Amino acid sequence: MPYFGSEETVKDLKRALSNPNVQADRLRYRNYITRVIRSMTQGLDVSSLFMEMVKASATVDIVQKKLVYLYMVTYAGHKPDLALLAINTLRKDCADPNPMVRGLALRNMCNLRMPGITEYIQQPILSGLRDKASYVRRVAVLGCAKMHSLQPNTEIDPSVVNELYALLRDPDPVVMVNCLRALEEILRDEGGVVINKPIAHHLLNRLKDLDSWAQSEVLRLLLRYCPRSDDELFDILSLLDGFLSSAHAPVMAATLRLFLHLAAAHPAVQADALSRARGPLLAVCGSASRELRFAGLSHVQQVLRSQPAQYCSHYKRFFCSYSEPGYIRLRKMEILVELVNDENVVLILEELKSYCTDVSTDLAQAAIAAIGRIGRTYTEKCLDILTGLLALKQEHITSAVVQTFRDLVWFCPQSTGPVCKAVEGCDETPQDDEGKQALLWLLGAHGELISSAPYLLEGFIDGLKVEISSAVKMELLTSTLKLFLSRPAETQDMLGRLLHYCIEDEADMNVRDRAGLYYRLLQSGPDRTRQILLGPNSDPSMTVLTGRPEEPVSVWASSFNTLGSLCGTGAGPENLPAEDSAHQVHAAEEAELGFGPAEQNLNTEPEEPLSDAAAAELDLTAGPPISHEAFERLWLDLQVVHQQVLEVRRPPEPPETLQAAFLLVKIQTLAFSRADAALWKAYVYSRAGGTLLLAELLQGAPEEPESEGMLLVSIKQQPENQSAVRNFISVLKRVLQTLSSNTS
Amino acid sequence: MISQVFILSSKGDHLIYKDYRGEADKDAVSIFYEMVTALSGDQPPVVMSHKDLNFIHVRQGGLYWVASTKTDASPFTIIEFLNRLAALTKDYCGSLCEKSVRMNFALIYELLDEMVDYGYIQTTSTDILKNFIQTEAVTSKPFSLFDLSNVGLFGAETQQSKVAPSAAATRPIMSHRSEQGGKNEIFVDVVERISVVIGSNGVLMKADVEGEIRVKCYLPTCSEMRIGLNEEFSIGKSQLRGYGMAVRVDECSFHQAVKLDEFDTYRILKVCPSQGEQTLMQYQLSDELPCAPPFRLFPTVEKDYGNRLLIFLKLRCDLPPKSTALNVSVTVPVPKSSLSLSQELSSPDQTADLQLKNKAILWSIPRFPGGAQLSALFKVEVPGLSSASLLEVGPVSMSFELPKHTCTGLQIRFLRLSPTHPGLSQRWVRYVTHSDSYTIRI
Repeated sequence: MPYFGSEETVKDLKRALSNPNVQADRLRYRNYITRVIRSMTQGLDVSSLFMEMVKASATVDIVQKKLVYLYMVTYAGHKPDLALLAINTLRKDCADPNPMVRGLALRNMCNLRMPGITEYIQQPILSGLRDKASYVRRVAVLGCAKMHSLQPNTEIDPSVVNELYALLRDPDPVVMVNCLRALEEILRDEGGVVINKPIAHHLLNRLKDLDSWAQSEVLRLLLRYCPRSDDELFDILSLLDGFLSSAHAPVMAATLRLFLHLAAAHPAVQADALSRARGPLLAVCGSASRELRFAGLSHVQQVLRSQPAQYCSHYKRFFCSYSEPGYIRLRKMEILVELVNDENVVLILEELKSYCTDVSTDLAQAAIAAIGRIGRTYTEKCLDILTGLLALKQEHITSAVVQTFRDLVWFCPQSTGPVCKAVEGCDETPQDDEGKQALLWLLGAHGELISSAPYLLEGFIDGLKVEISSAVKMELLTSTLKLFLSRPAETQDMLGRLLHYCIEDEADMNVRDRAGLYYRLLQSGPDRTRQILLGPNSDPSMTVLTGRPEEPVSVWASSFNTLGSLCGTGAGPENLPAEDSAHQVHAAEEAELGFGPAEQNLNTEPEEPLSDAAAAELDLTAGPPISHEAFERLWLDLQVVHQQVLEVRRPPEPPETLQAAFLLVKIQTLAFSRADAALWKAYVYSRAGGTLLLAELLQGAPEEPESEGMLLVSIKQQPENQSAVRNFISVLKRVLQTLSSNTS
Repeated sequence: MISQVFILSSKGDHLIYKDYRGEADKDAVSIFYEMVTALSGDQPPVVMSHKDLNFIHVRQGGLYWVASTKTDASPFTIIEFLNRLAALTKDYCGSLCEKSVRMNFALIYELLDEMVDYGYIQTTSTDILKNFIQTEAVTSKPFSLFDLSNVGLFGAETQQSKVAPSAAATRPIMSHRSEQGGKNEIFVDVVERISVVIGSNGVLMKADVEGEIRVKCYLPTCSEMRIGLNEEFSIGKSQLRGYGMAVRVDECSFHQAVKLDEFDTYRILKVCPSQGEQTLMQYQLSDELPCAPPFRLFPTVEKDYGNRLLIFLKLRCDLPPKSTALNVSVTVPVPKSSLSLSQELSSPDQTADLQLKNKAILWSIPRFPGGAQLSALFKVEVPGLSSASLLEVGPVSMSFELPKHTCTGLQIRFLRLSPTHPGLSQRWVRYVTHSDSYTIRI
């Protein structure tokens, strides 16, 4: 930020620096130079002083030299011609008897980033590599890398590379590590420094002599080495064993990453390493530095993805402290949710409950959502807490609780009764859009259980004119229509008013369209409306998808100890807020029910014969398995491309047989509902003709009363390929028919 | 590797800016400041990225210490490096604040130049760095308000039972070249942070202690130092020794310079301390405190007639009578709609007020002797008070300092410098326990 009167300042400094009286007085001279640097840091352009500063570099005062060098390095790019004047002094300093002066001059000479400098620095660097003082060698080694970066397109000088490889045996540990760093940069295009067996073993043996920074760097480079045999592998691991419990977090994390990488084929060794690193990792989570604490927590989260049981007994270490900033507390809550088991559930819930009244609304809402997550397993306990929170009558709490209720009802249908009772007893309505939508969804989906539902909806309809959010209005339309289907007498009048308002007076096109759609739907008769609008109100089979199975370590090991693990975005579905996912499920389901482009395909039978060649190309292939998370993500993201009723009933086989039969024709199974479920579902997938096909088989869908007992298949695909879909369906049908005919 | 390192004041002034690799331009500083001030609090602000540049920052001494990098570096390494940079700055400049960084910027540039070359960390050890650092530190006035707040933080106790001035440990380590300092002093601090959760029924639900032994050394040359810990000190759950009061910790780690050959038998740590501050040993104890938690609270919350809420708190300090807790503050969350407060406290040096921003009562007690019991009655005016509002009261959180007290019972038996240092060297041993988090549910 340039200051007012900055030109004046620069002029003053210039005058002072060229004043011979000032130059004669060492302290005053240095003082003015300090002022130049200060102005430079503050953002003032002092490049016009370059000439004076170059003069000031010829001094015996090391402090002054350092300051002038700092200046020159900053502005050399702007004034390359003037910077050349300084080269002479620098080269002279490179031959100074004092190694500190030599190193300083060499380092700064290499830092001058300007064209044409390489011809001047090459010679000093080469002699620096053979200097007696390790300080100068350290600088010279990195100088090679700097020189390379100044002329990136030139040929790599093999003699320099060889010299650097030879210097890996230098007695000074920092020189050795700098050699690795320099080689890594110079040989980047060829894949970096080569870690072969002798080098790897050399590095491993010297690891003890290095300081912790160098250790973690070397450990990172060793990731590139793969041992030839198991014996060698275990030798290396036992050598590294001690570093796993290092007090330095960087070393511990780097060692753990190397362990996980090297022992990728030995899950037992990986598990052992993880459990041995547990203590140090927990210590990092309690470190005095908040930032380190946060990094530790993020890494614990990664470990939990594979070994949730490891930290269960340490759940108290993740209780929040009131002095911690929000971002740490949010991470801790996420971890607490993962750690819940039968023994600690009561204490964890009690702890989370005490966060619900936090001053920060974000934290309070996150705590409520966390209780909701636990509620998917321990429904009763959590419902009590959530219902109790409604009594506080605070907007943000009520809103979060209602959103949590919606998700709970969706995932655990057994909670519907108590939730409806609680909603009925709650006289505070949420005021924010998310909360309103959640409440409306509950009223629409379970209106028959909430006696006050029509009155609550009427309140919303009366306030329609002042409602801004179109999402709320859409939700209001859907739930009023749903309530009308279950309680027509009480709702008819208000539905009429609502549709009238939305079609005549509403400005938002989406809302108007939706109202028009519903209006036309109602014209086609209540049965038709019911069939299209009412989907399942809960989806127990989705818990199979959301209950996270233990992932293999390899899924996250590559991002362990990297910055990505701290950013935490896009790392997987667990970061998707629960309410969002439920909402998307809801949306996807709506699309499935015929508002999507697939509507035309309903009940059609596109059974066209395929030519043999094309059929061969479209043959189903197995391919690598898809994880539950990946499937769920895809399923939520994609639109239904095809939907049809298969003229087949569900084979009464046990699921294992069904799965085996599917596997024979290269259809992989992800999840089944229980055999006795009223609404039977199965999720399967396969690949064909370069596309991935995801399919849901559904039996007993209420909207298909005429096809009672027949299987409804919905297919999503990426990328789209209609002929592959046809082929897939015919295969699927054939399997199911075969199975049914076998048993009948 | 690190592209740039910069230090910003909380207002966004550029205090230090050093570009190591010339990969990113100086605009990055303002971009970073815009990003960090735009954060809404719940996003993780430690790592942020802008295009392909990643910013990692820590906050210490009210300043932003930032490193930027283009590679996917180890977060632990960079955070530790920034912490170390802050610690070195503190060592060299005496204290860590905007003023001391402004005054000593030439020295910090010198440090940065020696610590990192081309984005690679070279060395951060004080012993090596001190040979290269030529600039002398400029100290601000030794007495500032900041120091005043530290008075009584450490009650020093030594063989001569003298008390070191609190500013003694906040001076630059390199002052031996100038006339002002020059004392050969060494401070050994045992610092513990305690975090406790006590349930509404008075049961101790969680008790963790994180402790460390820190050495701050002003001796110009290092000689070997032997620190004797309690002989009955044990690590892990299985090793219980004898019947006496065993001092036990769950886990323990040492600085790599500590020699442990006499640790197993005599519990002696041997180390050649380098100048400046170092943490020799870190330990944790969870769930089992050897003594009762320092404070117990007996709360009564009831609805008075009208819209008044009565909170009666009885607070007992369970420390031994010799010890005293300092700067005790008790925070009691109250219903969101609370308007005003009237209080009855048991002595005039205590204060209590209602903080409308946090919706909490802050009751502060400057001195709280062990074994004593204090009580306070708060009457809070809450319009529209309902029985559900009572749920909003609590949990109570406390913060305090316990000088001359360690919760684990860890003590330093002796501190010997061998060979005996010529000239006067003063050794100070100080103990303090801080509350990391002390929560009592109502």
